[in-house]
Amino acid sequence: MSPAMNVVGRSVPRSDGIGHVTGRTQFTTDRSFPGLLHLKIVRSPLHHARILGVDLSEAERVPGFVRALTHADVPHNVYTILGLIGVEPEEEFVLAEDRVRYKGEPIVAIVAESEDAALEAVARVKLDLEELPAVFEVEEALRPGAPIVTHWGNNTFMYEGHPCRRVRFGDVEAAFARADHIVEGVYNTKPIEQAPTETTACIAVPEANGRYTVYTNTQAVYFSLDNTAIILQVPGNKLHFVGGTVGGGFGGKVDVIVEPLATLAAMKTSRPVRYAFSRSEEMQVSSTRSAWRIYMKDGVMADGRIIARKVTSYADSGAYSRQTPYALTKHAANAAGPYAIPNVSIDAYCVYTNRQPSSAMRGFGITMASFAIEVQMDKIAEVVGLDPWSIHFINAYRDGDMKPHRKLVEDATLIETMQAAAGLVGHELPARFRAMTSARRPEGGV
Amino acid sequence: MGSKIVTFVLGGREVEVMVKPMTTLQAVLRYQLGYTAVKEGCRQGGCGSCTVLVEGEPVLACLLPAEDVAGQQVTTLESITPVDGLDPLQQAFLDASGFQCGYCTPGMIMVSKALLEHNPRPTREEILDALAGNICRCTGYEPIVAAVEGAAQAGAAPGAQRR
Repeated sequence: MSPAMNVVGRSVPRSDGIGHVTGRTQFTTDRSFPGLLHLKIVRSPLHHARILGVDLSEAERVPGFVRALTHADVPHNVYTILGLIGVEPEEEFVLAEDRVRYKGEPIVAIVAESEDAALEAVARVKLDLEELPAVFEVEEALRPGAPIVTHWGNNTFMYEGHPCRRVRFGDVEAAFARADHIVEGVYNTKPIEQAPTETTACIAVPEANGRYTVYTNTQAVYFSLDNTAIILQVPGNKLHFVGGTVGGGFGGKVDVIVEPLATLAAMKTSRPVRYAFSRSEEMQVSSTRSAWRIYMKDGVMADGRIIARKVTSYADSGAYSRQTPYALTKHAANAAGPYAIPNVSIDAYCVYTNRQPSSAMRGFGITMASFAIEVQMDKIAEVVGLDPWSIHFINAYRDGDMKPHRKLVEDATLIETMQAAAGLVGHELPARFRAMTSARRPEGGV
Repeated sequence: MGSKIVTFVLGGREVEVMVKPMTTLQAVLRYQLGYTAVKEGCRQGGCGSCTVLVEGEPVLACLLPAEDVAGQQVTTLESITPVDGLDPLQQAFLDASGFQCGYCTPGMIMVSKALLEHNPRPTREEILDALAGNICRCTGYEPIVAAVEGAAQAGAAPGAQRR
């Protein structure tokens, strides 16, 4: 090892290790401030409803009640987290206006002197709601006559004018026609809550210099800062976000949920405001991993080569898209898997339903594709009568191969990884697979 | 019902707090006394992150009314941290990387502390049993179990040193 290598190849103590084992690490709600107020949310008890009225009169009489915030208090109430990177349209309501689209959607924010007072006031807000038909299932949401979830269109996110993210590569139908076998599968996954041990939280503090310091456990501090600036219509330099210490995230803390309202409440009261999810809010209201349905159809030759793959995927985004449009794009880029398939067609739909919004979680979009692809690989092995190892080696991509979304494969290691895995489990590979490498195929080779 | 004064011993020091009925020990420790190593993962007895020792026994501070500890000894992670350096159990968690995000760590250490005080040479099964009420979402638990095993081997508990 070169003497200059003082990190690579060594175990380096974590900079936050001492803080973690002594309990001195300051997580968001470990901070306290004089005059701290507590913000709690009045949430929709229904999956889909028209809001006919909100009566705050009894809530206002709760001792310790400070003020309520409604959509009328939010300067730019309709936003889209990924608007920062050009995703349109703005669609999510910071506080609901005339309609709620999922159970748990925020309608009113209550600010009070104590958490107990805030909860008491929340319980005393009277909602007049007219229940609307709701839809909870991706393919039902796409049927004619389904309740429409969005305020701007139908129940699909639009990709450059198309209702799905599309990949077209080669001629799938022609390849199916000459394939020896057709192998089909339908794969369903359920929503999963990231369930970080520390719940989503922030504390917004007015400073003497006119700025607001926001202590937050977001995983995406600039998403939060920039979206808060947009929602509150203040320049970014009015906001100082302090993050970095996150008690578990796993994708569950990349949305922008608590900071805009806590900061707005701090502006309206000139006092520090804490907005922390309860465990039940974390589990029932915060974004989950999406539920997915994936239809996969492969055309396979008798020697095990996959010559065509057609994929139609639906991700349940819930009531708002959050990060799910991006998940579908990643999904579409990866639904062929790490395999060299010459003819591929992918339609990947981001579907709105009346479930709680879904968003990021560990490889979202790709994890579910991998699940479907790998079960499909085993099915193919069964159909052509080869063992799964063979199907994987025969189809493994190599450096220089063109992927369906027109990216050249670089630094491929699938073959080497499988060779190492075979070694670890004591599986003896045939000589031709032992001799394979991920190196670029010879000119004209397949 | 009005508030009342509750006196207990926290980390060897007598403290006196004014509490409303049914205020939890967790709320008193975190928000009245500033002992924020007592974490707040669920406030419903589900995660173990608020574990403290009451008379040496691990207790979920989120479920215990503060008045119930009147006259008793309460120990938090702050209380077992030496002024200089670390308790051998803390060192073992550091050495084994028995944490990732760190949020469950105080509860894990307090449960392990009680275990090693009672049973300085626990088996792996006894360690798993002791940690069963504490949730960690990051590590997959193995590094935490390794930390407790390491601490036991290093004789982290006073009982072990006496042997």
